[in-house]
Amino acid sequence: MGFYFAQLLTGLANASSLFLIASGLSIIFGVTRIVNFAHGSFYMVGAYLAYTIVTALNGGIFGFWFSIIAAAAIVGVIGLLIEMTILRRIYRAPELFQLVATFGVVLIFQDATLAIWGAEDLLGPRAPGLDRAVRIMGEPIPEYDLALIAIGPAVLAGIWLLFHKTRWGVLVRAATEDREMVGALGVNQAWLFSAAFVLGAFLAGLGGALQIPREAVSLQMDLSIIGEAFVVVVIGGMGSVSGAFVAAVLISVLNAFAILIFPQISIVLPFIVMAVVLILRPYGLFGKPGSEHVGTEEPEQPLKLMSQKSTMVLLAAVMVLAFSPAVTADFTSILLVDVMVATLFAVSLHFMMGIGGMVSFGHAAYFGVGAYAAAMMVKFLGFGMLPAMLLAPFFAAAAALFFGWFCVRLSGVYLAMLTMAAAQILWGVTFQWQAFTGGDDGILGVWPAEWASSDKVYFYIAFVLCLGGIWFLRRVAHSPFGYTLRGIRDSQTRAEAIGVDTKFHQWMGFVVAGSLAGLAGVVFAFSKGSVFPDTLGIAQSIDGLIMVLLGGIHALAGPIFGAVAFVMIEDWVTRLDYWRFIFGGIILVVVLLAPDGIAGGVNRLIRAILPNQKGGAA
Amino acid sequence: MLEVANLNARYGRAQILNGVSLSLGQNEVVAVLGRNGAGKSTTMKSIMGMVRQKTGQITYEGQSILGKPSHAICRAGVGYVPEERRIFGELTVEENLEVGRRDKRDDAPEWTLEHLFELFPNLSERRKNLGKQLSGGEQQMLTIARTLMGNPKMVLLDEPSEGIAPVIVEQMANVIAELKREGLSVLISEQNLHFARLVSDRAYIIEKGSVCYDGTFGHLDQNPEISNKYLAV
Ligand SMILES: Nc1ncnc2c1ncn2[C@@H]1O[C@H](COP(=O)(O)OP(=O)(O)OP(=O)(O)O)[C@@H](O)[C@H]1O
Ligand SMILES: [Mg+2]
Repeated sequence: MGFYFAQLLTGLANASSLFLIASGLSIIFGVTRIVNFAHGSFYMVGAYLAYTIVTALNGGIFGFWFSIIAAAAIVGVIGLLIEMTILRRIYRAPELFQLVATFGVVLIFQDATLAIWGAEDLLGPRAPGLDRAVRIMGEPIPEYDLALIAIGPAVLAGIWLLFHKTRWGVLVRAATEDREMVGALGVNQAWLFSAAFVLGAFLAGLGGALQIPREAVSLQMDLSIIGEAFVVVVIGGMGSVSGAFVAAVLISVLNAFAILIFPQISIVLPFIVMAVVLILRPYGLFGKPGSEHVGTEEPEQPLKLMSQKSTMVLLAAVMVLAFSPAVTADFTSILLVDVMVATLFAVSLHFMMGIGGMVSFGHAAYFGVGAYAAAMMVKFLGFGMLPAMLLAPFFAAAAALFFGWFCVRLSGVYLAMLTMAAAQILWGVTFQWQAFTGGDDGILGVWPAEWASSDKVYFYIAFVLCLGGIWFLRRVAHSPFGYTLRGIRDSQTRAEAIGVDTKFHQWMGFVVAGSLAGLAGVVFAFSKGSVFPDTLGIAQSIDGLIMVLLGGIHALAGPIFGAVAFVMIEDWVTRLDYWRFIFGGIILVVVLLAPDGIAGGVNRLIRAILPNQKGGAA
Repeated sequence: MLEVANLNARYGRAQILNGVSLSLGQNEVVAVLGRNGAGKSTTMKSIMGMVRQKTGQITYEGQSILGKPSHAICRAGVGYVPEERRIFGELTVEENLEVGRRDKRDDAPEWTLEHLFELFPNLSERRKNLGKQLSGGEQQMLTIARTLMGNPKMVLLDEPSEGIAPVIVEQMANVIAELKREGLSVLISEQNLHFARLVSDRAYIIEKGSVCYDGTFGHLDQNPEISNKYLAV
């Protein structure tokens, strides 16, 4: 009995930190509608700063708590700077741009933290005065855990008072419902957004700072917390602080008990809970359907068929590509395979987002399932390369069929979050199920067949599969099915009114996009000779998003530009020190200077140079 | 007071307004009539700075407000009451009013909570209730009261009589008369010709994004073919 109670208390202590970071994320989302990936970075930087200040001050109880607050306050100021210099410029951009921009901030923070604090994990001091354990029902409970258990509800009460007893809080709550209307009532949104961002960053910093007596401060803190924080926000309902509290407690306590029964579950449990909650309550426990009046957004530009000239340019590029192995070195062919894989992956993601209107944060799931299916068929079932290549995409399709059925029941950010949950569940299973998938060690020795083993021959295999896949997706995009999907994207109600089964079409669109991502994964697996759980990871999903957004979501050629640029930049940048910093910087520059992506930027450039011609690439 | 000339507005590719011109004088109540989708709301949103893609001139008290953000336009003394009410459902009546509150201005009447609760007695009884718990008519009253909390000089009222019970429509007419008595200028968008005639001094009719009638109600009554052509009577 005592043991279970102790487990409950551990769960509650974990819930406090999770609540702090998630409430900040929720407030920021509620007011600004920004899905802030950099929130995990705020958490991490809060921990590092607290470590530095605590060790520098070394000032007993008072010094400890002062350091915690100071660290959180500095993070609040950092949040303010980021809001004013970056986010303020992109509030009107599509939400994906904002997501990618905040991911650029994540990369910059990772390297900045590495440069300042080094790669070693740092072990903080225990909290003075709370460094022992008390016995409760015979079990030792750290005093600091008890303090954390008290801090969570105290912060919740503080936020409640702020939101209900101050004019600022009332404005924040109003803006969470309808920020455009708040503006029309004379409230300067820029100021409100900055303040919300500062508060959110402060809370994340506080959450991180409070962790130092409990866990080592490390460079992995940012991305390890962000997935869970998203889940908590989504379960609680985006924008709801009390929802975040309930969800944090739910997840942490469930986790504390579930690991007793099934220790591996902790990686996937939050995502499973989230999937279940979203299916039962599409807007989370305390969430409301988002206001329709988040701003007068323009409807998406329709996709244009390519002009004859740009078709010619593209054909010429394909021809050059086709003959490239004859004139280039092997390593160029290998790089070009990477480019083609990335392009097919990006085009399939673009199909889902640009044509289907479904934003996915977890497209890597289908890429990874394709790759793993092929690898396992070859390794465990003794399949040849070609049969494995042909069959594996069907596994990706099956995964998309399964997860897509749930996802298309939601829309917008919730749909995106559920796609991420799906990907994380698959990732967790792959990672944990050592016996079946090889776990962290991956599956090695997935080489092409004997006759295809030269880099040049494999280049042509990749060429046929990837270009074939891209061609297929473009055909589908311009088929009646593709037009119906776009109709649903532009107006679900209108499509429903004329009798279209919108869910079914979206579901099928999801499956098409997933299968082709799977095909990209298959080509990838054989080109690398191995597969690892990263192929299903968040980073892979985000790479896809960056490619699509670099290219520009409105143009069919966008993902092609984006993927090529991405692979080239990555290939060059990753050779440098602090490449994350540079890469994050490049992302921010593109997002701030060319909010319509490279394709849009090229279009504008062409129009600027040749004013009497219509833009080229579309 | 307000001068709109040759206003064009679009959402994405769809051109909605094609050269709308209208004016509103000091302490005048003017109706903008037109069928569903004619462009009345878009005109009001454009004045309020809530439609980004627009060209033309919008002059308020001699100053151009085209391209200004809506909070600046509000602070200059323009109140906006949207058509779909857009009250904050999770906030209480008092909190809704608090969002609209702005400092008193020298050149406009001041609306205190007491005064507003006098004008809208229903709201007074429900001041602790959440916005979403109010009836449609009460919500309509709340949007107007919320805008008046900003002590505006000029009010844009988008379809105040839409979807509310006849008794409340009558109450609404009294409120508009009270606004005029207090010295405000009011631009009303309406589909209901009878209501518009009851409360306003003169009228414009908008059709397909252009003004196609500008004159008195008397003239409209003498020429029923105009209303038959442009309004769903
Ligand atoms: N946010 C928007 N995006 C795209 N089109 C819009 C948007 N808002 C309005 N429209 C279109 O603009 C046109 C004019 O709309 P508006 O709301 O101005 O008409 P209205 O005269 O106010 O009509 P109603 O009497 O129905 O309120 C309509 O065809 C409408 O479909
Ligand atoms: Mg209207």
